[in-house]
Amino acid sequence: MPANWIEIRNLSFSRDKRMILNSINMDIPRGGITAILGPSGCGKTTLLRLIGSQLQPSSGVISIDGVDISRLHRKALFVMRERIGMLFQSGALFTDLSVYENVAFPLRLHTDLPESMIHDLVLMKLHAVGLRGARDLMPEELSGGMARRAALARAIILDPELIMYDEPFVGQDPIFAGVLRDLIRRINRAMGCTCIIVSHDIAETVLISDYVYVLADGKVIGQGTPDTVMNSDDARLRQFLQGLPDGPVPFHYPAPDYRQDLHLEEA
Amino acid sequence: MLALLQNLGRHGLDVAAAFGRAGILLGQAMWGPLDWRYGPGLLVRQLHFVGVYSLIIIIVSGTLIGMVLALQGYTVLVRFGAESALGQFVSLTLLRELGPVVAALLFAGRAGSALTAEIGLMKASEQLAAMEMIGVDPLRRVARPRLWAGIIAMPILAQVFNMVAILGAVGVGVSWLDVDAGSFWGNMQAIVDFREDVLNGVIKAFAFGVVVTWIAVFEGFDAEPTPEGISTATTRTVVYSSLAVLAMDFLLTAIMFGVD
Amino acid sequence: MQSRSIEITVGAFILLGIFALTFLVLQVSGLSFKDVRRDSYPLSAQFNTVAGLTPRAKVMVAGVAVGHVTAIHIDPISVRAVVDMSIDSNVDYLTTDSIASIKTAGVLGEQYVSIAVGGAPDILQAGDIIKDTQSAMILEDLIGKFVTNFSDKK
Repeated sequence: MPANWIEIRNLSFSRDKRMILNSINMDIPRGGITAILGPSGCGKTTLLRLIGSQLQPSSGVISIDGVDISRLHRKALFVMRERIGMLFQSGALFTDLSVYENVAFPLRLHTDLPESMIHDLVLMKLHAVGLRGARDLMPEELSGGMARRAALARAIILDPELIMYDEPFVGQDPIFAGVLRDLIRRINRAMGCTCIIVSHDIAETVLISDYVYVLADGKVIGQGTPDTVMNSDDARLRQFLQGLPDGPVPFHYPAPDYRQDLHLEEA
Repeated sequence: MLALLQNLGRHGLDVAAAFGRAGILLGQAMWGPLDWRYGPGLLVRQLHFVGVYSLIIIIVSGTLIGMVLALQGYTVLVRFGAESALGQFVSLTLLRELGPVVAALLFAGRAGSALTAEIGLMKASEQLAAMEMIGVDPLRRVARPRLWAGIIAMPILAQVFNMVAILGAVGVGVSWLDVDAGSFWGNMQAIVDFREDVLNGVIKAFAFGVVVTWIAVFEGFDAEPTPEGISTATTRTVVYSSLAVLAMDFLLTAIMFGVD
Repeated sequence: MQSRSIEITVGAFILLGIFALTFLVLQVSGLSFKDVRRDSYPLSAQFNTVAGLTPRAKVMVAGVAVGHVTAIHIDPISVRAVVDMSIDSNVDYLTTDSIASIKTAGVLGEQYVSIAVGGAPDILQAGDIIKDTQSAMILEDLIGKFVTNFSDKK
């Protein structure tokens, strides 16, 4: 049994001739919370899609639990996905189903449990995220934070071995961000599952993660425990982590010389 | 000149690729055994969404078009003293052409655009991706019931359209313009043939239903998952399906009633 | 909305579609199950010309519909048009000397077969042929005659 639940080797992904991920290596340890940080548009969400095998890598290998997922057939892939829960950035609740039915959806699909058992399981998960009372509401009646919590209940209903969070803190008020942070940690400890959090919200994420990767321009620019990464001397890491406007990640989009562009100087 | 040619070529390839994607979508959505896990409930819900919601516009415009046809037909026919032929004029026009075509255009505007917008929104809000992660094929669960609903609903809507339009024509022609009711219905029944006119109209409506829903569902899945992407996709659905309906109507008419 | 009320409205929607189709079939195209239900018997009539008569045209006695035309074809020996008709079986008073003629309802109306009943003692049996016929009036011929007469008189 490999020590790392997910191993990523030399993973590259490009779309429309644009390199989004460039030869990435990563190890996600079993049972821990791994954070993948990076500025917007650095390919974090793409990485999650690749791990969920919704996208196919241009080159490289992703193996989950020792199995190369790009080699899996459709059926085996769906079996693998039952072991993975994912919390999408927007929650992605099915708008035509109530909260209860949304959470029950994976159960109805993958199990033949009797209705009474489904009922109990759904209420347990809804209770865990504090939405037991909102079971009959439709997704459009929920606030953004509630929708994300309901989606979390759906993501954990099958007791997955891996939970992936896509920007869980984005657009949330501090109270809810705290609630969610607490939930993520509690779920991780209680269920012993492996967690991946993808975020550009450093402060919230670093607090609960065991290991941190920092991505920029499709490359891993830093990794380590939260403390080592936060205290790193690397210029690019410091710029991102401390939020400096200019630095190795330039403020200016590549352009000709400013003075020349304004015709103040002869070329 | 070369640039123009290059553009044309690239555009042509894009069109071919789009057709390919649409064909793959149709194949994947319709292929394979019916899965009752997703339930007939989904189909019923979609029939409600595409069929019942389109009913009002179909009934209102059908009645109005029938009334206008009767009025126009009467003013022309009365000059030849042939106003008793009003029934056959109205019914043939409706059954063969106007009924299926206008109903399909209305259907594209009402139900087709709604389908595209709904699926586009599901894509933008990551619902389709979530389905995949949970282990459901969105083509099966989202595309298939919608395609079937459109294919079933369209012929029903077209027949309802025909019925209310003919009743509208009766209202104007018989009740208002005093065409004799007996000759109105009698001439109609003598000239309208079940297979030639009624059945062909149903076949047309069926074909239009397939095309309009196919385009609508495809555009929804193919939309850029952004607000602008969804709105352009919705517009494209209405434009493309209207054009496709009219082109197919010519083709079908040529096959069905064409001079042989 | 509750799924039950959705099911009911969708059911009503489909019933409405079936109702509309039935309406079109029965009331508009005039396809009826009378032929099956009500017995009929075949008759034929030979005409010099049937110009404009179509299958499913009405057969009338004294202006009352008693049947319809089932087929029109040509008799290769006499080279005359043979009109096959289906007559309701309760019409059992068509005598052997009945005269069949093709008439037009109004100037531009549809054409129909009119049968004038004679006084012979024998009744036409199923499959009989009416020999005594008047063909359709052809407007062009009439005008032609009129023009020739007119120029002759001059």
